[in-house]
Amino acid sequence: MTITVIKPGLFSTVQDNGRYASQQYGIIVSGAMDMLSYRIGQLLLQQENGAAIEITVVGPTLRFDVDTVIAITGANFSPILNGQPCPMWRPVPIKAGSILKCATAQVGARGYIAVKHGIQVPLVLESRSTYLRAKLGGFNGRALQKGDVLPITSSNIVKSNYFIHSEDFISFSNDVMIRVTVGTEWASFTEESKQLFLLTPFQLSKDADRMGYRLQSDICLTHSLQKDLISEAVTFGTIQVPPSGQPIILMADRQTTGGYPKIAQVIQADLPKLAQLQPMATIRFTVISLEQAQEIYIKQQQQLALLKFTLH
Amino acid sequence: MFKHITFKPLNDCALLVVFGDSISITTHQEIQQFHKIIEQQPFQGMIEAVPSYTSICIYYDIVKVSNSPLRKHSLSIYECIVTYLQKLLQKNEQFYVQTSRLIEIPVIYGGQFGPDLPFVAEYHQLSEEEIIERHTAQEYIVYMLGFAPGFAFLGGLDETIATPRKEVPRLAIPTGSVGIGGQQTGVYPFETPGGWQIIGRTPQALFLPDKYPPTYLQAGDRVRFKAISEQQWRDFK
Repeated sequence: MTITVIKPGLFSTVQDNGRYASQQYGIIVSGAMDMLSYRIGQLLLQQENGAAIEITVVGPTLRFDVDTVIAITGANFSPILNGQPCPMWRPVPIKAGSILKCATAQVGARGYIAVKHGIQVPLVLESRSTYLRAKLGGFNGRALQKGDVLPITSSNIVKSNYFIHSEDFISFSNDVMIRVTVGTEWASFTEESKQLFLLTPFQLSKDADRMGYRLQSDICLTHSLQKDLISEAVTFGTIQVPPSGQPIILMADRQTTGGYPKIAQVIQADLPKLAQLQPMATIRFTVISLEQAQEIYIKQQQQLALLKFTLH
Repeated sequence: MFKHITFKPLNDCALLVVFGDSISITTHQEIQQFHKIIEQQPFQGMIEAVPSYTSICIYYDIVKVSNSPLRKHSLSIYECIVTYLQKLLQKNEQFYVQTSRLIEIPVIYGGQFGPDLPFVAEYHQLSEEEIIERHTAQEYIVYMLGFAPGFAFLGGLDETIATPRKEVPRLAIPTGSVGIGGQQTGVYPFETPGGWQIIGRTPQALFLPDKYPPTYLQAGDRVRFKAISEQQWRDFK
């Protein structure tokens, strides 16, 4: 009972909710970059934290060697199932021997192939997410390669006559307004830098992966800190400014701690939007209060809770 | 005790409890103490606590805190958590110095295992033996883990052997390599690029993904390096 990787795509990894409770040991969280699309895929299959395949820009070709049910969410990779277009954002029954071909994402960067009961790779420190640098978790601790055989369990369709409108949850655009709260060193940046940070359209550079996004612009952010900072916790969405003056946004595979000044923090609710950007995307920032950020997140989660309730 | 502590949000689902603004043993011990307290008495919705040199970061689930008894609607979610933490600190005014573990790490210095030992010796106009002596004489403290799984930030390097990082970092430093980078010393838990001067290597695995805790060293541990021979290395393996 397996899935065979015929073509791996550009960069496909096994991911789930992430690896929590071990950051104090220097172990990174990982997990889906676009948690919203990932979660919806899980809810469509009526499960919570199954290991899914995260695909990036160029999708894989997979052969299912057993009957199962899948749900494809995230960016549109124009999936083809046995020669026919395969619908997204709904459960899709799969017959043994089926071939799923994913093409290239025109808009958006990451898609999720959720499988009923999840990909059956071992739990490592309570998670199945791939931790590339430590070569653990996921499938053999690495990105998928041609010929890999992923264990799954067979499943018969229970309920699959529903679909959701993805636009109600997530939009895909390469020109985005991202909401942030002020970072811990916000006050140390010059007045000019603070203004420029909120006025300048930044461009996402080619250095944009699961660890972090390097942004570029024709401005340089400066601060008045005299000494290097002492390393402390950083997290998903931390916007730090190294000496180059060009910001870096830390993403799902960020390190647990860092020492660059933090100008701002992307709000949790906008991380999925960020996860869907391709290099050359335009990013603008707008600052909101912590309370607003938390309210927005709670609303987003209520929407998911409602979806879960509706699907059960 | 604990009166000088301040709080600040890291983001909308994490906050920092700040114990000081410089690296010191006192601050470190307070953080260790508070870490134990908060792990024993977490609030509903707390995800995890991550200590570093001068602060502890506490991650929480916004929805769970919002729906918990902790939530007072006159206060923001952040203020509710800060109020809880302040009470916890007041209840634990007494400060107990923890007796921490002393861990010995066997190291084979120099040769193919420590290719930068000659450079470090020359840099300080000392012999290789004197560098080894000074590196093994100190008792180090694990201030925090970070950078990579099981990578320990150690305090206590003898300043007379502090050495600048390499100008061009190596692309691959073998697992277990012991290095000096500026005022710091440490062990690479697995093969990774890096810029530290490599003076030796330990056969001791530092990252133990099949165990919990998954690391050989933990914040608060005291560490000593012990020079071993190639024969002892083989016996260890």
